[in-house]
Amino acid sequence: MGIIEASKLAFEYIRRDDEGNVEGITRAIDGVDLDVKQGDFVAILGHNGSGKSTLAKHMNAILYPTEGSVWVDGKDTQDEKYLWDIRQNAGMVFQNPDNQIIGQVVEEDVGFGPENMGIPTKEIWERVEESLKAVGMYEYRKHSPNKLSGGQKQRVSIAGVIAMHPKCIILDEPTAMLDPNGRKEVIRAARALNQVEGVTIILITHYMEEAIYADQIIVMDQGRIEMQGTPKEIFSRVEELKELRLDVPQVTLLAYELKKSGLPLQDGIITTQELVEELKRIQK
Amino acid sequence: MLRDITLGQYYQTDSIIHRLDSRVKIMATMLFIISLFMVKNFIGYIAAGLFLVAIIRISHVPFKFMIKGMKAILFLLIITVGFNLFLTPGEPLITLWKLTITREGVVLAVSMAIRLSFLIIGSSIMTLTTTPNNLTDGMEALLNPLKKIKVPVHEIAMMMSIALRFIPILLEETDKIMKAQIARGADFESGNLIRKAKNLVPLLVPLFISAFRRANDLAMAMEARCYRGGENRTKMKPLKYYKRDYLAYVITFAYLAFVISVGRVFLKI
Repeated sequence: MGIIEASKLAFEYIRRDDEGNVEGITRAIDGVDLDVKQGDFVAILGHNGSGKSTLAKHMNAILYPTEGSVWVDGKDTQDEKYLWDIRQNAGMVFQNPDNQIIGQVVEEDVGFGPENMGIPTKEIWERVEESLKAVGMYEYRKHSPNKLSGGQKQRVSIAGVIAMHPKCIILDEPTAMLDPNGRKEVIRAARALNQVEGVTIILITHYMEEAIYADQIIVMDQGRIEMQGTPKEIFSRVEELKELRLDVPQVTLLAYELKKSGLPLQDGIITTQELVEELKRIQK
Repeated sequence: MLRDITLGQYYQTDSIIHRLDSRVKIMATMLFIISLFMVKNFIGYIAAGLFLVAIIRISHVPFKFMIKGMKAILFLLIITVGFNLFLTPGEPLITLWKLTITREGVVLAVSMAIRLSFLIIGSSIMTLTTTPNNLTDGMEALLNPLKKIKVPVHEIAMMMSIALRFIPILLEETDKIMKAQIARGADFESGNLIRKAKNLVPLLVPLFISAFRRANDLAMAMEARCYRGGENRTKMKPLKYYKRDYLAYVITFAYLAFVISVGRVFLKI
């Protein structure tokens, strides 16, 4: 059994009018089956309203399934007695960095999670130090979060989650509000955690460039999983992605167009390096 | 620009007063205020004044920062002094038109003025030497006994510290919305008071909506990080008394005892 598993998961948002009568039901997730293995880097892609954020909130027991079930580390999220275990094991980083930092000093914010878990003071300090070092924010530990850049704030948020020693981190569009440099910083930090510490990462994003490093990509549309596979597999299906109103990385698009105009390129080119090598090969 | 504002009025420097436990500073300030109301004669005021001057010197905070706090209550001070001066019955000194200044009035006015200004200076020493965070922690610890009568002490302290954290963010947001509205022709400057207040509506509505959205997000983020109220929570920076804190308590109580006894002794004479 993987770290996060979902079976026939469905979730409905119920809209009500002023009197509380049901106005309509939106099925945000519609029959999703999922199995994420420990240590994987999974990217979930999808257009706005595809249900990807709703899916993420199920992995931290913030939302509960309308139908089906979600298990985190083998524990059912609907079981009240596992609630805090689940929230500790599956840490969550949200979109807006300002709205998830609680402390007025960087180190205090990172310590917030461990404080809630009742960790002894001495160990909190150790955890804060190691987490801040893991995201490269240790020298900013005494700063006020208000004076950091967006990318730095998001790295502090990640450190705050790592300090709880989770098995899995869910990043819900962590880069949507950042500039390109900030995006790079955050993705680099997430990849380092995955590779060095072996933490399972679930990255929800709509930037294709961020997904190319994943072990597995899941593409969602209208609450359903439309495609699933390695980045190479997914990005070689350019036509299908376009139908889902998703972009492909620029390099892949270029390779795709070149191939269409007659160059004998391979499918599934996702990095500049690969394209350069393919072109060299053809030249010979 | 708005990013740089400091909250409260903390003055960053290193002194023994800065390093004292925040609980000591809160308690000492309370005791000092009590002492001001127990003073019955001018010797008491001199004692209080000397105590205050000594603390200011030790705290390394420039005196002009204390005066800043005084400006806010200048109006209140003038009114209080005025009323006491003219409306206290007693032995008349000078009569100006229909107003009479009495001997008792002068005494009362002067002592009120001293009391009020000492009170403000005393409490501003506390806020100048303690970070808002520390102050919140100290209050939480001091109010802890109230938990027994179901006062949500931890929650109140948490709300205070979140409010402090979000003030700069909301200020920045206000600035942004204001500029956006000005760019679309909104006018926040001209017109009379009522008009100005009306013009603030397009600023306040989006600000409130955004504040609610932020609160919602923050609550979710806190829950995702296992926040479940104050129970079973440990502290990253627990408050701890050191020798200097006990010493400060001793000095404060000694001062209080002195002021009270001076009042008694001189009243007998």
